[in-house]
Amino acid sequence: MAASVRLLVRGLAHRSVTFAAAGGSCRSGGCLAPSSSRCVSDTAEDRSTHFGFETVPEAEKAKRVYKVFENVAQKYDVMNDAMSLGVHRLWKDMLLHVMHPQPGARLLDVAGGTGDISFRFLDYVRYQQERQKRRAAGSVQTPSWQDISDKYPAEEDRPQESRAVVCDINKEMLKVGKQRADGMGITSGLSWVVGDAEELPFDDDQFDIYTVAFGIRNVTHVDQALQEALRVLKPGGRFMCLEFSKVTNPILASLYDAYSFQVIPVLGEVIAGDWKSYQYLVESIRKFPDQEEFKGMIEDAGFCCVQYFNFTGGVVALHSGFKL
Amino acid sequence: MWHRLSNPFIWLNQRQSSLASKGLKALTSAHLLHASGAEPSCSYDGGLYPGHIQTTPFQKALLAVGSGVAALQDPYRHDMVAVLGETTGHLALINLRDRMQNDPEGYTILTERPRIRLSTLDLEKMASLPDGSFGREYLRFLEENKVTPDSRAEVKFVDDEELAYIMLRYREVHDLLHTLLGMPTNMLGEVAVKWFEAAQTGLPMCALGAVLGPLRLNASRLQTLVTSLGPWALQNGSRARCVLSIFYERRWEQSLEELRRELNIEPPPVIPSASKKTGA
Repeated sequence: MAASVRLLVRGLAHRSVTFAAAGGSCRSGGCLAPSSSRCVSDTAEDRSTHFGFETVPEAEKAKRVYKVFENVAQKYDVMNDAMSLGVHRLWKDMLLHVMHPQPGARLLDVAGGTGDISFRFLDYVRYQQERQKRRAAGSVQTPSWQDISDKYPAEEDRPQESRAVVCDINKEMLKVGKQRADGMGITSGLSWVVGDAEELPFDDDQFDIYTVAFGIRNVTHVDQALQEALRVLKPGGRFMCLEFSKVTNPILASLYDAYSFQVIPVLGEVIAGDWKSYQYLVESIRKFPDQEEFKGMIEDAGFCCVQYFNFTGGVVALHSGFKL
Repeated sequence: MWHRLSNPFIWLNQRQSSLASKGLKALTSAHLLHASGAEPSCSYDGGLYPGHIQTTPFQKALLAVGSGVAALQDPYRHDMVAVLGETTGHLALINLRDRMQNDPEGYTILTERPRIRLSTLDLEKMASLPDGSFGREYLRFLEENKVTPDSRAEVKFVDDEELAYIMLRYREVHDLLHTLLGMPTNMLGEVAVKWFEAAQTGLPMCALGAVLGPLRLNASRLQTLVTSLGPWALQNGSRARCVLSIFYERRWEQSLEELRRELNIEPPPVIPSASKKTGA
């Protein structure tokens, strides 16, 4: 059944296929000759890469990805809920749970677009802060007047201010994110920056946590993005990446493929009026390295203690690494 | 008089968009490839014509249901109405093709593949035609209702490029039908045209629109529809000559009345005002 699904998928995508990535069974270097290398062919001037199942010059990929997200920005959140039946919220909640940020942490959310991770981050640290305050208040049973007066200046200082920076290359996505923030009444602790994951507009050693949720597969040079992540993190900082990955169970894999290629573009057409963007999105998932290979890439960039967690049978994987 | 003339030109010319204008030329050239015996290759980015997206029957079914729901929820989503028409209209399109091929003028259209777009219309000449001529009345219709022939969605999900052309022709002829039938673009006018189209073409999307459209009319308009406009539209739809088989682009000088007689269409019993109040 997996084979027929693969044929179905290939039949749908009448583009020049550099190699078969459908069916989720292609491990790095496993099934193909090295000559048909997976993404980059260094032929003189025109280096090419993959855009979904299409092969495009590297310079063009960024432009086309920009166009995709410009088109889908308005309906991005609605589509996420429709495509994942709301499960993407659980994945993002798990990311925060694993992250377990403490008050005072500085987060950089790259490809953060509409702000899902940053909003959750701010909620989480503010909740932690409330808890700590309550615990501190509860533990002091009968404070003396001296203790009470000492506390007042400390509260005004607010050394525990947590900040999240949402960075995205696409202005439309940031616009939607800002509108959501205004709607939620978030006034402080959040900033919106236009920037390229391969060349971040930040100094070295700035952030405690770097997250990229469902964004890194759209980057042309993933290794450069990883190196930038290493650069902007403080020593001891944590890199966390939530991304679609390879499903190991073959039955689940066939169902997942069938759903991805049959249903998701239809949803894109009906809800967002854009079939091709969602066709690209499901194809780009197939082109991204699997869990182990991506773990290797993160280690190559210089991160330590790299591990990954699979969610929903491997549909989504959370990779985490530390800068030491 | 020049003042009155210049306004529509400026307005219509401003509306001239480049919506797939290259693709339209390619649609006609794709047919020439086919006619010369060349293999119909999937050369347009995986499709048979520009904008074509290959779909499995399962996807078409899903699209039909989804677009139907979306169109019902928001009737201003013309793209959903278009998708519904494309995914459900296969048999009706084949029937239309047969009718067109059996009609000499229709056959000419299938061979020459004319397009109704601002870029192909000679607006000055049409505006200088006498009142009562088809071209002049069409131009007047465009002005009064503030529409443009360039706003039609492209065809995506029809898997035969000749049928895709017929679908496109149907969409482009829609405005001309408004002129022929004398119906404005408000809800009542649109429903009347839909009843006519449903009787003429048998497209399920027209039938659906004909059934559900009246639900959004107020009581008095509904009455007008049921008592006079509706029956007139249905009768004329079934007995009129196939409206897709008419080479409109060569008939601008023809008088509207004469064209109606030729097509076997009676003038409307009631002309609803061009106001946009749906009263729903």
